[in-house]
Amino acid sequence: MNELALAVFASETGAHLLREPGGARWHAHLRAFDAEAYERRLHERGLRFTARLPPLLRSIHDPPVGLFVRGGAPLGLLARPAVAIVGARACSGYGASVARSLGRELAAAGLVVVSGLARGVDGEAHRGALDAGGLTVAVLGCGVDRDYPAAHAELARRIAETGLVVSEYAPGVEPAPWRFPARNRIVAGLAAATVVVEARERSGALITADLALEEGREVFAVPGEITSPLSAGTNALIKLGAAPLTSVADLGVEPAPPEAGSPLLELLPASADELVHRTGLPAAEIAAALVELELLGQVVVRDGTYRASVHR
Amino acid sequence: MHARAVTHALVGLEPRRVDVEAKVHDGIPAFAIVGLPDRACAEARTRVRSGIASAELEFPRGRVTVNLAPAGLRKEGSGYDLPIALAVLAASGQLPRAELGRNAAVGEIGLDGRLRRVGGVLAVAEGARRLGIERLLCPPESAPEAALAGVLPIPVAHLADAVAYLRGELEPEGVPAPEAGDAPPCPDLADVRGQERARRALEIAAAGGQNLLLAGPPGTGKTMLARRLPGILPPLDGDAALEVTRIHSVAGVLPPEQPLVRTPPFRAPHHSASTAAIVGGGPGIRPGEASLAHRGVLLLDELAEFARPTLEALRQPLEDGVVSIARAAGRAVFPARFQLVATMNLCPCGARGDPGAACVCTAQRLAAYRAKLSRALLDRFDLVVAMPRPRAVELAAGASEPSAAVAARVAAARRVLAGAELRRTPDADALLSRAVDRLPLSGRGRARVARVARVIAALAGAERVESEHLAEALAYRAPQELAA
Repeated sequence: MNELALAVFASETGAHLLREPGGARWHAHLRAFDAEAYERRLHERGLRFTARLPPLLRSIHDPPVGLFVRGGAPLGLLARPAVAIVGARACSGYGASVARSLGRELAAAGLVVVSGLARGVDGEAHRGALDAGGLTVAVLGCGVDRDYPAAHAELARRIAETGLVVSEYAPGVEPAPWRFPARNRIVAGLAAATVVVEARERSGALITADLALEEGREVFAVPGEITSPLSAGTNALIKLGAAPLTSVADLGVEPAPPEAGSPLLELLPASADELVHRTGLPAAEIAAALVELELLGQVVVRDGTYRASVHR
Repeated sequence: MHARAVTHALVGLEPRRVDVEAKVHDGIPAFAIVGLPDRACAEARTRVRSGIASAELEFPRGRVTVNLAPAGLRKEGSGYDLPIALAVLAASGQLPRAELGRNAAVGEIGLDGRLRRVGGVLAVAEGARRLGIERLLCPPESAPEAALAGVLPIPVAHLADAVAYLRGELEPEGVPAPEAGDAPPCPDLADVRGQERARRALEIAAAGGQNLLLAGPPGTGKTMLARRLPGILPPLDGDAALEVTRIHSVAGVLPPEQPLVRTPPFRAPHHSASTAAIVGGGPGIRPGEASLAHRGVLLLDELAEFARPTLEALRQPLEDGVVSIARAAGRAVFPARFQLVATMNLCPCGARGDPGAACVCTAQRLAAYRAKLSRALLDRFDLVVAMPRPRAVELAAGASEPSAAVAARVAAARRVLAGAELRRTPDADALLSRAVDRLPLSGRGRARVARVARVIAALAGAERVESEHLAEALAYRAPQELAA
């Protein structure tokens, strides 16, 4: 039961611990630590601790001691084939739509979507997976009982219903800037492949990509406009050799069979008004048609611009 | 000698009877006004003295005391000048006192004795009618307004005319019945190029009387469109027109050439406005912009720039259609059933939704900007339209439909909506439950979509709410990115 004591100690001291440390402080902690009582308290709050890491995560060069887990899904979920989707917090409408529909398509194909519950791309990827009724894992840089960011408290609750919210930090640990890069190694470690949707030149998402590359995992980058600063990081990744992702087929996922294709799909991306002008149909009809496509999961709307989902 | 004139003070929109008593005693010459007058009212001393001299009448020698009863009620403004002057003249025997009791009076007196228009004459006239006083002496510009209350206005241009009338030396002029003057011109929808979706949402909002939020980068015509909403709303009917006129009269914003407000009012306060300016209040308890927009449109341009407490204060009128204000000076209830139209950028830097610009907002700034709109306030908007910047080709498109054509459809839809409730077809029901699962839609959101769909069906002249009406309604729901 030393892993739990170690994990709590690591959270408290802020150290990255691989092996049992020596020192008076650790021994004092170990003497005072009541593992059974601690586990009982975790259990009362619906949380768990596991030291049995999935093989992919265990194989990274500095795996966590164990994971604190929120959510009712069996822990076997962490060992299922997973793809990490990461990217900018202040993403553009393009990035948000791509993340959403990627999450949706991958989850629908039975893959677990792993991300960091941050604003922007992360949140959209989780939402996409939930849209498709799929499974998703959120890796936090703070205790799993903390709702961070606060705006995603409801999202975290929904993820925990069918998926898992995990963290190497003990419950109660506050979010801190230096914990997020450490969190990213777990995001990359859980997934066989990492997709960077949108990233500025010096973005946390690129750290995740670097970590994934170091572990020999596949890294994909979603190409963006070369003039957009939000795509500078992803385009640079492609230049460095990352595979550009233009369809879920690139990930070896069979794309969903195209449903009765609407002619509108060919005109996307576009705003509703552009579609009115290009088709000559009244605004009311275009609005109704777009909502139908949205409900079928074929288009995603952001800031008034409609985009086709990425399954073609 | 002692004399009494009758006028009314306003508490909110409610007239309260005020007796203006004047007494002339022997003693050192002095002129005092008691009974809680405010500054403007107390200054009546100077105006009344000068006005009486200008009317070639005599200000009584001796001690003149004027009491405004009930003494505990605050008296505000210059409308007491005329009753004070008349009471003083009657007390000094220059007027028949009995005749003074049969006429109410209101109006400001200039130094040359001429009468000037004051606000709230409609409410004062209504108070007089309730007391059974049939005639109201008032400045000629206010006469059409007073006539609306059902009293006989006696237009008097000068204090001397009022005295002559009370002495029976002057026949009052007839007052032309108030007619709907030419409505002030409202900008036309034909001026707006492109923006088909927003135009359509505007039409639906007009037909259903629903609240509309337009979000998009600067310069896409959000404000331009919002300003054209009153032009497609049906004119106010009798009771509503009178109600609006009363509020505007009390606030002193009634245009003299248009005594009866028949066009739905349009108010667009700047975002620096205080909470009291928007919902009403201040030391004298005046109606705010929300009440001035009663039965019309309240436009909040740059919604996210308004102070948060101001926006939250709007939730009561949006819910109940009234504003109740309690102050040390008393309490008042103002009607405030307005249609809210708001505009905002999609992000603080304004570049979001603009293909030609890159947004430089950080995630935190964006979240803070959007957090200003509480969920509760966002929930009050039935229709939300994101307006990305149109491309040049759309702007070059042919002429747009004029307001008159849209107004005709709006009026027809309103007649349908006033009748039996349109029901949903089973197909529409199925689509709605699919949307609730898939989008997802809250309970409140569901009810709002159903309401909007009903208006769309009414605009289409359909007998039931079909699934295409419901689908279109779903396109105007609040996008999730604005909520988070």
